[in-house]
This record gives sequence, structure tokens and C-alpha cells, in this order.
Amino acid sequence: MLFPVPRKAESSRVVITGAGIITALGRGWKENAEGFRVGRAAVRPVTLFDVSRQRVKVAAEADMPAPLPRTNLREHRLQRMDRAARLLLVAAHEAWQQAGWTVSEDLPVVLGTTSGGMSLGQDYYLQAIEAPQSRRLQATRMLHYQAQRQGLDLVEAFGFQGPITIIANACASGANALGHAFELVRRGHAQRVLTGGYDALSHLVFAGFDSLQALSPTVCRPFDAHRDGLALGEGAAVLALETLEYVRHRDAEILGEIVGYGASADSHHLTQPHPNGDAAFASMSAACDSAHLNPEQVGYVNAHGTGTPLNDSAEAAAINRWAGTRARMLPVSSTKFSIGHLLGGAGAVEALVCLMALRGQWLPPTSTVETPEPACAFPIVRKPTEAKLEYVLSNSFGFGGANATLILRRWS
Amino acid sequence: MSGIFIRGEGAVSPAGWGVVALRDAIARGDPLPVKELARPGWSRPLMVRTVPPAAPRPEFISHARLRRASSISHYAVAAALEALGAEATELANGALRLGIVMCVMSGCVNYSRRFYDETLKNPATASPLVFPETVFNAPASHLAALLGTTAINYTLVGDTGTMLQGLTLAADWLMNKLVDGCLVIGAEEIDWLTADAVRMFSSQAQVSEGAGALYLRREPGPAPAVELRAVTDSYLFCRNQTRALAAQKARAELGAGSAEHLLCDGLQAVPRLDREEAAAWRDWPGVRLSVKQTLGEGLMAAAAWQCIAAVDALRNGKFASANVSVVGCNQQAIAAQFERMRL
Repeated sequence: MLFPVPRKAESSRVVITGAGIITALGRGWKENAEGFRVGRAAVRPVTLFDVSRQRVKVAAEADMPAPLPRTNLREHRLQRMDRAARLLLVAAHEAWQQAGWTVSEDLPVVLGTTSGGMSLGQDYYLQAIEAPQSRRLQATRMLHYQAQRQGLDLVEAFGFQGPITIIANACASGANALGHAFELVRRGHAQRVLTGGYDALSHLVFAGFDSLQALSPTVCRPFDAHRDGLALGEGAAVLALETLEYVRHRDAEILGEIVGYGASADSHHLTQPHPNGDAAFASMSAACDSAHLNPEQVGYVNAHGTGTPLNDSAEAAAINRWAGTRARMLPVSSTKFSIGHLLGGAGAVEALVCLMALRGQWLPPTSTVETPEPACAFPIVRKPTEAKLEYVLSNSFGFGGANATLILRRWS
Repeated sequence: MSGIFIRGEGAVSPAGWGVVALRDAIARGDPLPVKELARPGWSRPLMVRTVPPAAPRPEFISHARLRRASSISHYAVAAALEALGAEATELANGALRLGIVMCVMSGCVNYSRRFYDETLKNPATASPLVFPETVFNAPASHLAALLGTTAINYTLVGDTGTMLQGLTLAADWLMNKLVDGCLVIGAEEIDWLTADAVRMFSSQAQVSEGAGALYLRREPGPAPAVELRAVTDSYLFCRNQTRALAAQKARAELGAGSAEHLLCDGLQAVPRLDREEAAAWRDWPGVRLSVKQTLGEGLMAAAAWQCIAAVDALRNGKFASANVSVVGCNQQAIAAQFERMRL
């Protein structure tokens, strides 16, 4: 029964026992952690579709491993998977292996995405227009385009039975998915949840951001005074979450802990945040309340930091206000200059970056910043830096005013 | 008692704008007329059920955020405002934290198709005004802006069973006091692309459009109060669980039912699509209502209309309890139970 569910007297602690990632920096924890630690940029010319008539011609494409990891999925299913589904499968496989989970009937999946299998949707449309009488592969494209199909692929790949929840809150989707999964475990609705975010580059979405002139024609420089836009990217991150009691029962390694989640809505404009960052402030404050923390206890902020003039100034205002006097000493950076903006995957990937930072006790730099935005009352991490971190905070904000904040804690 | 109550309902459907139009159409029981929809490259049009123009034109359409929005946003907002009723004024006073759960399957397909078409012709002239409206959460965002709510707001994507998952999400937010009230909305809009896609799975299914909204609170409100009693597990369609088995499991969770109980099912008189759900509920002892046979395959909107038909029947004193069965097209079977409260 999904509802009503028995209410627990006490909240459970929610720990992370598996983490998988694929981005333009590479496949897996090790390659990505090293890239984020040194601040390597992985933006390059787009090869996936024709950008000859676009204003901007670069993005952070991921290299897809071949072959895909071995799971319960049969060959014909693998062949039908589009790029987004493959990215998700690669990340999920790493998380699943690391967590040491086995086949289970009772395991919810919570995913965040903005466009699911958009490339299949594009193919469907092209054939519908160019060869309207032909139905060849159209039914398959239609079914596999839908985000629930990618969730079902995971279910079959690893042998469990959901339920599947897909949150499509634009660029906050991944963070909302992790946040919702965290709440399911914390409130006792589930002992374990597989959660993550993913999105692949697609022509429609690339053209959309280009039409908005949101893409940087130079270099993506979040929180730089001369920033001129974002870089798009693709990838996925998946986390295995479980209650502390459950992990102790099976004696698995704990990578870190999620301790707080907050979400809010910014009704200022469909694509622009309120200049004062009111909703971002509300989201960060709600996450702190959820974690029973104050800003003084947070050691690092992984900002949404897209590199667009409007986002970064609004987010800076929000961080300044939320952190108060702590802002002067609070290191902040954005990793989007490196792997691009992963849209529905961003929140999950950036939470994993935070987990890597906590595990390695370092701060991921925003290497492309030359002149820090004067509105930032906080120091922007620009060089690889070691740090003593206990709690870190990750922001994700999206079109439509979806705002989400996660707080993670080092496991010791 | 679950402690979660349906305080209001709203609907936009091929029957018209409002729950009354929906109720009257369902009571008549005749399939609503279909319209022709041109499909590029074909001489024969697709047959669909569209929402009739609103008369008078709703005031909210002149809101800055909604003037250029596509029809899915208009339907969602109209249904939400009807469900909220007078409580919209509480929002204006800042006295109510209102959550929004928007559920879609096909989503903002009109503008997505239009924008991609523009991109293929010439990306340099693709409209920056259209692109943001292609995003799944655009309708939820417009609604939040119109109502002025800044509380938590999710858009859920999935097959039609997602509407019932949305009810559990709203109930969870209410139980944990994240919000004071929560709208759960299912909405869709017609485009030839969607109608064409559905036709591939059945030439008999007729796509329709619209929205349905349920307004949930912890307090029962004025009588007759309707409570959300239960939502079953979501039974996925996967290798070791067929659609038929999933439908049976969902049904089994809600008990046998009785002659006084109503079932709002998702049957649409298309045997190939109905088979598993029909089998699972074959021995239902009470009255059945199959709203899709009147209104068409409205995808997520249809799941919302099923819920509204159930709640409306309870509110009007016709039944003590009502089940809603949703056997989705490619994800899950799930069911919900509502009950009229004796206060």
C-alpha cells in the first residue's frame, strides 16, 4: 500500500552505500573525482548532431562505454535504449555494484530528468514528417522515448519491482529526485531507494538554450564578472540510499549521509529567477531546517552556478543572505564549467561531487573564473584546494522556478 | 481514517469547462462527438475529442504568464482554480502553503513539436518564447505564478497510474506538514503527434484532452466530506509481472467491494487495451463507471477524470465508497479508494 503508510516515531538516518556517475569527464567515481578535484574542463565540439547553424557549437559530450555493463537486460533491449537510457544504466550499474545490493521485490526508484529519451522523440517526429506512411520502428521509439521506460529498464536490469517515480522539475529534477528518495527512506516508507538524475544532449534542447542565447559563445565562467552563459552537458548519477539500521544489518561500506533537503518555487518568471534569489534562499533555509543545521556548520556550497548573468547574480544574493556573516569564509564553486549543465542530471551529479569532496576532503574549483563577480560576498574556489569538510550543501534551480537544495555529511 | 480529505475538484474535458459538464456527460453516458484532426502527410484525418472553447473566456488567460502558454496550461489552471474554489483567497492572503503535484504523460507536446519543427527548418530563427513552454513543468510553474504560491511543487511524469502516485505524494506532504493544502492535477493537450502515436497501438482508441484537479487537505471541510482512504502499491509491468498480474494485484489490495460501492475504471471499449483491467475487475459486485467511453483516452487527464467522477458520486450521496482503477499503458497498475465520511 502506497497510502496510508504506518508513521514512524523517529526519523531514520539516510546513508549512501553506492554511487555511480558518467559525465564528459569520464566513467565512474575515480575518473570523475580526479577531474573535479583538479578542475578539468571537458567541453568540446558537438559531434552528436548538426550544430553548423547554431550560434554555439560546443558542449560536454560523454564518451559512451562499449559494451554496456552486463545486467539482466537482454541484447534486444539494450539495442533499443537511447543515449539517455544508456547513461543512466552505466551510472546505475556502478552504484548497484558498489552498494552490493541483490535482487529485491521491494525497492523504489526515484529518477529526475527533463527530457527522458528525447533523441527517440526527435527520430519519431522526423520519420512521421518525412515518411508519414512508414511505421517502421515508430512504436518502439514512442515507447522508449518516455521516461518511465528508462526506469523500467533499471528495474529489469537489476531485478527489482519499483515503484518508479519520475520527477521532471527542469534543472532541479535530479536534486528533487534525491530529495524525495531521502524523504522516503527517512520517513520509513522504504528501507532502500535507488535514485538519480540523467539527461543526454539532444538537438531540440541544445537549440532551445541557443535560441534563448543562454549558451556561452566563449567559455562558461560561473560567478565571473564577465560571464556570458552556460555550457550544456550530459550524463547521469545514481545513488543507493538506505537506512543506517539496514546497512548495519548487512555490514556494507557507507560513503556518506544525506541529512537535509529543501525545495521551493520561484514564481517570478518562467526562465528567470527573482533577482533577490528569494526562492533559492527559501530552499537553502528549508534544507538547513530539515538537517537541523545553521549556515555556520556548512563547509562548502556547490552552487547551481550556471554561468548565466541572471542565475549567478540571483544565487549570489541568496547565498549572501542565507550565510550572513558566514559568507566571508564560506567556499563556493560551480562544477558546470567542467561538465556542462546536465539539466535533469545536474542535481544528482552535483550531489555526487559533494560526496566526492567529503570523501576526499577537497574543494572542487571553478577553474575558469578570472574576475570574481563583485556581488559574491563569499570566496569562489578557483584552484584545487584541500579542506576539512563535515557538511556540504548543493543547490539546483530550474526553469519554471523549481528550486532544490541538498545537504550531505561526511561519514566517519 | 487516513486523515486526508478531498476538499475540491475541478475539470476541463471534451464535455466542457467544469465538473458539472463532466458529470452531465458521464450521466448521459453517450460517447462525446469526435472531431477531425489533420495529420501532415495523410489524406485521412485523425479522430479526436477536443475541449470546446470556453465561454466566456476565462479571466486568467490574460495573466502575463498565461497569454502565450499552450492549452495544457490553460486546462490545468482552470481545473485547479475550480478545485480550490474560495480557498484561493486564503492563498492571496498568504495564509495557506499550497503544494502542487502536476502529473503528465505526453505533456507540452504542441510547443515541443512546433519548436523542433522550427529548429529543423532554421535553428537561428527558432523561437525563444516557445522553447520554455516545452518543458514538462511549465504548466505547474504557470499555476504557481498565478496563485502566488512558493511552496513545494513537483511535476511527475509517467503513464496514467502516475495520477494516483501523485495523490500519495500530496498526502505525504500534508501528513508531514510541508504544506497546508495540495493540488493534484492530471493534464494533457491534443496534438496530431500524440494522436498518431496512440493510433499505432489501437485504431479504435480516440485521444482526448483536458485536465482534472483534486484539492487535498488534512481537514475534512464542509459536509459531505470525502476521504482518500487508500492507494495501492504501484505494480509494475516487467519481466516477471505481466500487465494482467499487476492489475490483479492492485485490485486484490482493495478488497472485494459490495453492491453499494462504485468502481471508476479505465475501460474504453477497446478490447485489446481493456483486456487485463477487465479481467482483474470481472467480479466487481457494485456499479461501474467507465468515463473514457464517454470522454475518450485523455491519458493523465483521464485518470484525473476517473478520480473526479468517483469523488463527485460520493459527494452526491450516491455511494458510500468508490474505487478508481488505473491500468496504465506501459508502466503500472494501481488503484485508489475514496470514502464518504459520516461526520
